[in-house]
Amino acid sequence: MSDGSRAGNPVISTRGLGRRFGGRVAVSDVTLALEEGDCLALFGPNGAGKTTLLRMLAGLLRPTNGTGTVAGVELPGGLELRAAIGYISHASMLYAALSARENIELTARLFGVRDPRAAAMRALERMALADRAEMPVRQLSRGMQQRVSIARATVHGPRVVLLDEPFTGLDDSGSAALGAHLAALRAAGTTMVLVTHQIAEGLALATHAAIMRGGALVRLEAGDAIDPATYLTVYREHVSYGA
Amino acid sequence: MAPDTLSAALLIARKDLAIEFRTRTAFFSAAVFALLGIVIFYFAWDPTAVASIDLAPGVLWGIFTFSGLLGLQRSFSLEQADRAIDALLGAPISRESIYLGKAIANLVFVTAVQVIAIPAVELFYGVPLLEHAAVLALIALLSAIGLVAVGTLFSAMAVNTKLAEMLLPVLSLPFFVPIVIPAAQATARLLAGRPAAEGLGWLKLLLAFDIVFVVACMLAFPYTIEE
Repeated sequence: MSDGSRAGNPVISTRGLGRRFGGRVAVSDVTLALEEGDCLALFGPNGAGKTTLLRMLAGLLRPTNGTGTVAGVELPGGLELRAAIGYISHASMLYAALSARENIELTARLFGVRDPRAAAMRALERMALADRAEMPVRQLSRGMQQRVSIARATVHGPRVVLLDEPFTGLDDSGSAALGAHLAALRAAGTTMVLVTHQIAEGLALATHAAIMRGGALVRLEAGDAIDPATYLTVYREHVSYGA
Repeated sequence: MAPDTLSAALLIARKDLAIEFRTRTAFFSAAVFALLGIVIFYFAWDPTAVASIDLAPGVLWGIFTFSGLLGLQRSFSLEQADRAIDALLGAPISRESIYLGKAIANLVFVTAVQVIAIPAVELFYGVPLLEHAAVLALIALLSAIGLVAVGTLFSAMAVNTKLAEMLLPVLSLPFFVPIVIPAAQATARLLAGRPAAEGLGWLKLLLAFDIVFVVACMLAFPYTIEE
């Protein structure tokens, strides 16, 4: 396993990061470094510890081992860390009874964004959903809800975006639109960690790729070392055959 | 700049009330429950054995407790749907502001149910509750604060369990007892026309429990919500 540590000024940096729940080890000894504009695609079977790692990086979960910094703030972080993060999961994290605009505006207000209503509308425009702004979220399709969720998570212009299986439930066009938006975010210098089961979509965005199994990073590589043509085989070897 | 604790709490409370205003599920359930409870007690009551003035305070605050639970149940369950709670926890606001926001919304909810229940008790039991509207409003507010302080905390604790609907009353009701006793006693003395000093002692006790519950629950809340 490569260690993934690099010189420079990483936006995300962890060393030996781990988390236990009682006697069960959910994540152990994760060491990685990501710089501005990097995107780590994190693959692994269910229960591998991907979501737990993501929640630690988001400041939602306290590590029990190791150290880490995200956006210059030491984990587990606090208000300053959370202000720099946008967190997206397969659950929409939206209130179904509120409109798309109200959901995003609430987040903008909680993050102290200036002119929250205008910011919410701009975020919806970026997602091509301005015409659905006043529609209750429960009346939107799954794909539209996911786009609203992305608008909500990025309305405050976070330095780091953490995505937990954002492609779940999206059709091909929805996945393509989401991929295009994430590529634009990355190009704008946002650092991302993308947890997904969809290898092709993940690799299309990734500057780094990693495989987790049993709570540990069993493979981590960057840049040219990632070969999309053979990665599925590599993944299967690591996950199915215990390489 | 992210909002301070009170501003964030008001944003969260406003959001909860907007959702309740649009769906109206919990409020109607609680209001109907309160009215049905009052009616059932009325038909089970033998006015020749117990005077209405003795029965009404117990009915009022007993019903208030159980109907309040319906709203408290919903408080965090609406955050669990689609994991909206993660969006709140990921915001740069204090955990206390989430608790406070939820508690403020619950307080409005519980008070609104009381506004329906109190005249209904007067109507069915023929007791002059509204003659003492100002003092009764104070008793109602103090008891609502205590109930909401405890109930909001336990709602957050219970929502992650499989038995949330059962667990919330089981956890909360023992802590509601110190709220219901002074509220009922103060109301009984008010209706009986006893000297104000007699009721004042119970109100002070109610206030003391409120302070203890609000402070303790706000301090405990961050630990219940963190994984």
